[in-house]
Amino acid sequence: MPEFAELSECVYGCDPAGVDEVLHKERLSLEDLGVLLSPEAGERLPAMAERSAGITAARFGRTIQIYAPLYLSSFCGNRCLYCGFSAENKIERRVLSLEEAEQEALILAGRGIDHLLLVAGEAPARMGVEYLANLAERLRGSFASLSIEVQPLSEDEYRRLFLAGITSVAVYQETYDRKVYEKVHLSGPKSDMAYRLATPARVAGAGMREVGIGALLGLADWRLEGLALGMHLAWLRHRFWRTALTVSFPRMRPAAGGFAPMVNVGERELAQLIFALRIFDPDVGLVLSTREEARLRDGMIGLGPTRYSAGSCTAPGGYSEPGRDGEQFAIGDLRTIDEVCSAIRERDFDPVLKDWDPVFQQMQGGEKVAA
Amino acid sequence: MLTIAGQEIRSRLLIGTGKFSSPRVMAEAIAASGSQMVTVALRRVDLNDPGDDIMSVLDREKYMFLPNTSGARDAVEAIRLARMARASGGGEWLKLEVTPDPRTLLPDPVETLKATEVLVAEGFKVLPYMNADPILALKLQDAGAAAVMPLGSPIGTNQGILTRFQVAIIIDQARVPVIVDAGLGAPSHAAEAMEMGADAVLVNTAVAVAVDPVRMARAFALAVEAGREAFEAGLGRRRGEAEASSPESGLGFLK
Ligand code: SF4
Repeated sequence: MPEFAELSECVYGCDPAGVDEVLHKERLSLEDLGVLLSPEAGERLPAMAERSAGITAARFGRTIQIYAPLYLSSFCGNRCLYCGFSAENKIERRVLSLEEAEQEALILAGRGIDHLLLVAGEAPARMGVEYLANLAERLRGSFASLSIEVQPLSEDEYRRLFLAGITSVAVYQETYDRKVYEKVHLSGPKSDMAYRLATPARVAGAGMREVGIGALLGLADWRLEGLALGMHLAWLRHRFWRTALTVSFPRMRPAAGGFAPMVNVGERELAQLIFALRIFDPDVGLVLSTREEARLRDGMIGLGPTRYSAGSCTAPGGYSEPGRDGEQFAIGDLRTIDEVCSAIRERDFDPVLKDWDPVFQQMQGGEKVAA
Repeated sequence: MLTIAGQEIRSRLLIGTGKFSSPRVMAEAIAASGSQMVTVALRRVDLNDPGDDIMSVLDREKYMFLPNTSGARDAVEAIRLARMARASGGGEWLKLEVTPDPRTLLPDPVETLKATEVLVAEGFKVLPYMNADPILALKLQDAGAAAVMPLGSPIGTNQGILTRFQVAIIIDQARVPVIVDAGLGAPSHAAEAMEMGADAVLVNTAVAVAVDPVRMARAFALAVEAGREAFEAGLGRRRGEAEASSPESGLGFLK
């Protein structure tokens, strides 16, 4: 991965005619992605939206996959400036017991959720691989798929979780800008940028069906962040062709600690980033979570994103006890799962609640994928 | 510059040595093609014999030899041929061909993959000839192939790149060079492959059976160069999607 600053030539050095040129290409290079992330391309947002929508329809049809996050623990040993769970924040901390976690999960299952994302801060002593494996074994019968977004693990640990029933892993780089990375990750294992960067490869190497990557928007220049993300994506795509890839676009939300975004990423800019990545990679799953407001999420249906979270609560235990505090960040789309699904249907799209089956997993021996 | 398994190769045109009217015409045509890498059917030559018809007219200092296993019907036969070639000084490079159907000479994907696995483990630099199947291309790469050689159309048909869509996917996904092989009947076909982003092409019949093979070899050399130049220059638009579109119509929800 080149140094962040070196990417700027690609993004800021293009001429306006280049944008049209790229918009008509069948396949895009990384340089072309740079062009789509440029300020000039921002002027062509409607054309980008149209191209992105066309590709998305051809590849994914008129569907949006639905999932919900389940926050297991708010303990964290890291000090990340932007996060409500950061070790130095004085919040009420909680880790769910296996029974509590199961109870929370079943509430979501009762609301129709079939794809569950298990989320936790990084506190391996309180919530390590054993906990996750045990929980997966308890839940695998009740959900079509289980994903995790927890501390980075070793390849062997991922393999263990895969056998326990976890099919996919999300691990966001937060920022690809080394300088910013060092500035916002004050202490804890997460301050090792290289280890985090190599995590998606370990996930894929362990045979997981899907890896999710992303950058936290609000830390560094989003255009360069988008290009770095594209490079990471292309690198993974070339090495781990059995692994499905998704990208998320978390924009910074208010959180405990009161961190103010270092750069502002507006809605038009977020949209440009989403369209650019869709045009660059027609097959990648694009996630738009409840961090964003309902108006924006509804408007984006069909234009690029293929996966929405719904009915989310970011505090451990929050589904059983609505209104309790201790959330990681404030969410933007407060609608229920049913309301989100209706909004999707109103736009003539199908909210897909189940798009996987645990039976695939039973046949797996944690297949080793050659790198 | 084209690099295969760490070896730099000047010309992106590979030439096959079969089907020429004489060894002399073959040598002249190859010289005119500017090619640096030539394939030789193991079953046709005696690598040990400097007086061998084909080997004697080709300067082994000047050309890289890529022995091929044409005629092999399964992995076992191909592996046997490869070992034999290496034992008699044929080196590590190998164009793997496993073609059980003598009529179409289409490659057997299963046996090709098996043979690739074994030969890579034995230290060969394996360039498998394959159907234009993107998943197979990925598996062959995973198995350690030094390049992949998808066919444009069945061998000897001169039909050009009928497998265009699959070849495009293979090129997209590749992390080793993609050499389009078989079916290229005219220089324009070779140019098309290069425009698409193939790393090289292999041509034999079209040159060997031309009225003037030497001029045809030169024509292919020029086409390959032109195609590559066009690819690197970046081809212009082809499709009419995403025209300027009604200014902001669908994006009113963005603040
Ligand atoms: S971002 Fe993750 S690692 Fe950092 S403080 Fe928050 S929960 Fe912990």
